[in-house]
Amino acid sequence: MTAPALSRSLIRDRTWNFLMDAIVFAVLFASVYAIVAVARYWFSAPVAAVQISLSPAAIPVYAFYSLVRMVVAYVLSLVFAIGYGYFAAYHQRLEAPMLAVLDILQSIPVLSFLPGVMLAMVSLFPSRQLGVEFGSIVLIFTGQVWNMAFSFYASLKALPRELMEASRVYRFSRIQRFLQLELPQGAIGLVWNSMVSVAGGWFFLMACEMFVLGKRDFRLPGLGSYLQSAASAGDTTAITWGIAAMIGVVVLIDQLVWRPAIAWSDKFKLEQVESSSAHSSPVLNLLRKSPLLGRLRDGVTTPLMERIYLSASHRAPETKAQPSNWQKAFIVLGGIIALLLILHGVFQGLLVLKGITRDELVTTLESAGATFLRVVAALVIASAWTIPAGVAIGFNPRLARIAQPLAQIAASVPATALFPVLLLGLVSLGGGLNTGSILLMLLGTQWYILFNVIAGAIAIPSEFREVADIFRFSRLDRWRTVILPAIFPYLITGLVTASGGAWNASIVAEYFHFKGQVLSTFGLGAEISSATDAGNFAVLLLSTIVMATLVVSVNRLVWRPLYRRAETRYRLDG
Amino acid sequence: MPEPLIEARQVEKFYDQPSDNRIQVIAPLDLAIYPGEILTLLGPSGSGKSTLLRILTGLSQASAGQVLWHGSPIDGPCENVSIVFQSFALFPWLTVLENVEAPLKARGVSADDRTTRSVKMLDSVGLDGFESAYPKELSGGMKQRVGFARALVVEPEVLFMDEPFSALDVLTAENLRSELLELWEDKKMPTRAVFIVTHNIEEAVLLGDRIVVLGKNPGRIRTDFHVDLPRPRDRKHPRFIKIVDYIYQVLTKSDSDLAVPLSGPASTDVRPKYPMLPHARTGGIAGFLEILADHNGREDVYRLADLLSFEIDDLLPIVEGAALLGFVKVTEGDVEITPAGLEFANALILRQKELFRNAALEHVALLKQIKRALESKSDHTLPDEFFHDILDEHFTEEETVRQLETAINWGRYAELFDHDSERKRFFIPEETPGEPQNVEVGTET
Repeated sequence: MTAPALSRSLIRDRTWNFLMDAIVFAVLFASVYAIVAVARYWFSAPVAAVQISLSPAAIPVYAFYSLVRMVVAYVLSLVFAIGYGYFAAYHQRLEAPMLAVLDILQSIPVLSFLPGVMLAMVSLFPSRQLGVEFGSIVLIFTGQVWNMAFSFYASLKALPRELMEASRVYRFSRIQRFLQLELPQGAIGLVWNSMVSVAGGWFFLMACEMFVLGKRDFRLPGLGSYLQSAASAGDTTAITWGIAAMIGVVVLIDQLVWRPAIAWSDKFKLEQVESSSAHSSPVLNLLRKSPLLGRLRDGVTTPLMERIYLSASHRAPETKAQPSNWQKAFIVLGGIIALLLILHGVFQGLLVLKGITRDELVTTLESAGATFLRVVAALVIASAWTIPAGVAIGFNPRLARIAQPLAQIAASVPATALFPVLLLGLVSLGGGLNTGSILLMLLGTQWYILFNVIAGAIAIPSEFREVADIFRFSRLDRWRTVILPAIFPYLITGLVTASGGAWNASIVAEYFHFKGQVLSTFGLGAEISSATDAGNFAVLLLSTIVMATLVVSVNRLVWRPLYRRAETRYRLDG
Repeated sequence: MPEPLIEARQVEKFYDQPSDNRIQVIAPLDLAIYPGEILTLLGPSGSGKSTLLRILTGLSQASAGQVLWHGSPIDGPCENVSIVFQSFALFPWLTVLENVEAPLKARGVSADDRTTRSVKMLDSVGLDGFESAYPKELSGGMKQRVGFARALVVEPEVLFMDEPFSALDVLTAENLRSELLELWEDKKMPTRAVFIVTHNIEEAVLLGDRIVVLGKNPGRIRTDFHVDLPRPRDRKHPRFIKIVDYIYQVLTKSDSDLAVPLSGPASTDVRPKYPMLPHARTGGIAGFLEILADHNGREDVYRLADLLSFEIDDLLPIVEGAALLGFVKVTEGDVEITPAGLEFANALILRQKELFRNAALEHVALLKQIKRALESKSDHTLPDEFFHDILDEHFTEEETVRQLETAINWGRYAELFDHDSERKRFFIPEETPGEPQNVEVGTET
């Protein structure tokens, strides 16, 4: 490189760094302002039903409020997930029940939490907007947290024994073990699951920001309620603006947060040999170069961590102390109280369920059947196009380079946002919500299958395909003996996620406020949504139980055996 | 005799079964580590040598007995020991320097002091310049050097090593061994004793001032003696060869005729309750017999190991398997082929299978038991759990699974029975009438 070129690149480097500093500073400043603004709004008197303006000028503020809700809910989810996963992994006796609870909670649709959460929050903060806001945040939280908790638990369980022993024999304090061993180990899983969770949060944003609960009409200023109001009013311009804003925010977050996070988490891979395929993110590279952040690290974080490690090391090292008597008594007492609370809940729930008429029961079961058929249809349709497409993309690296980023962007767009447009089309074509809801489930869940199939196709060793070529397998044989068995484990993973997503999506897909009226079709999701709207707790409880039971038993009876088969018979490395 | 640094008294490890049966992994044993010695602990797989290391370091607890550290019983990991792990156990997300600093951080050493000491230690294991590399950028030998540096930087009184060289290639392992000895001989290590677990006999003799050999099922001390060869030791030295030969003798000797060891205390000897299948593949046994026949039917075990460059974990199960089937006899570290073994070695494949089948039915209790159980059923099929339940009265879960795997391998080869891994059932295949079934059934493992 010649001297002038070198100096030019130096200058460019410097300017970039200065620019980066300026940006970082601006972000900090803006965050401070944002916190103040949000605090002022939250501690104002409650306005349950805010008038949602459909002017595009209102969108930035709404987007901001939605974003704050998402961020708070996400941070809550992260903290809870890490705590829950940690506790479950290290308490043998509680492990099994805690996992079962996770399994069931995961299968309960967001809206079923709504009445309980809302009423509790509003009565907790009766005189502040905070109550309603917090209710909405907790709703988003319930849609995000479970898979993250499970991911962290699973990565703790997968900790290599020798790393664990190293941390014990070198007398790591609990905090050092957490920061240097457990958290890094869980990082990759947490990042990927966070992406999925937050995508789910956007999907249900409309439901979480605007809903009717019996006679009370809750509406929070935000992008979700904007979109829903626009849909109710049938205002095409507003719908278009809203969708554009939502897609913009989602794509921006994807580029500014998730891509850098994935590239950053690459260093936590538990591999002893460097792999060739590393993720990269220009934003991350810029952040790493920022001198302001560097100074912040050297001046604040590092000394702070030193203090923490130092004080932790002075504490007595971990010994297996027997819990003292009062500790034991405390645990027993806690257990009894928890048991009483659960019994009380079951009793109250049964009292509520007593109000169910025979007709309601039959309707609920029938609607469960209808939704079940829809879920199956959505999965079949999704598989029908994603398997061939995914295999084609996976087999062709050039195609993969083009198609994968496109598919990722398409997947990050919350399907619910597109639903009003879809409905407009359907209504003009004369179709109903019966098929429309299948289409919505499809929009939300097909990506899981597609991505997994692509990954599976890429993982097929080229020798397999060469064998097929040499022996001149027919197209049918090729699919039957090579491709399908090889992608089977990936396909199952995709289908499990997709089926869970489809069930959950049914609550927004089967029941929709549109152009001032309610569009709905017969199904369990519609049952839950309308019960929430009407404040019919008995039906809500019943249909939630039915849905959770269905999802959990389908998982146990269908997916788990298939999964086991995938792990034993269709493993490539055995 | 000086005061021992660490002492195990009547330490044992067992798992209680729901029934009164108890699975003994390590029989009660005494073992002490004295200052100034390199102790190598040698044993075949399944002898509980890694478990013993973890008990001595306080990482895991003995089921009974006591571990004393400078005379007082321990509770939790020992105060001042280090472990070098077989898989290195480096934190992949920390740099080389951060990995070495981590144990110092845990002890609250100040940042500057930490770095100085770590860099110095990295220098002495030959890793200067690699401070900011990540473990995945290093070769296996370099990674283990980081492992050494991390272990030594805390100046442990006892350095434990759990098969530290077995994940490395031959040359790198040789290189690291001599560097370890150099550090030890030149007193560059702040360590008072080194305890090395290995399954490589030559390695044990190359390194150890004292060698303890464990037997298996359950793990117990079979011999414990001092090596007074000067260092550096020469593999070709007659005394070296004699010691290696002696260890092979000890390892291949059946429990009943175990001689009193050269020196050291006599071991407690607990007889296994249920005959155990050695984990040898049938192909390995066949190949071994053919090689033995080529060597005039008699050979030193260690010479064979050398010839095949097998470690004891590879060779011993094969020898034991062949002996169990009555194809060879083992005396004083020599293997001798029997007439039955010779016939097997010279037969063609179908005849070999027949000979194997006859020998298996005559000598191998588990195979006999499986075949008889299957024949007694009208549909000639039984689920895995049936045999699993019989075996797990006697073995740990892991060992039970391995026993069944080996039984399936032998049973398939002998065409005694077959196994459906998907339905998890043993069965006797239908025979085509008039024609002996000799088609090998595809295995899935």
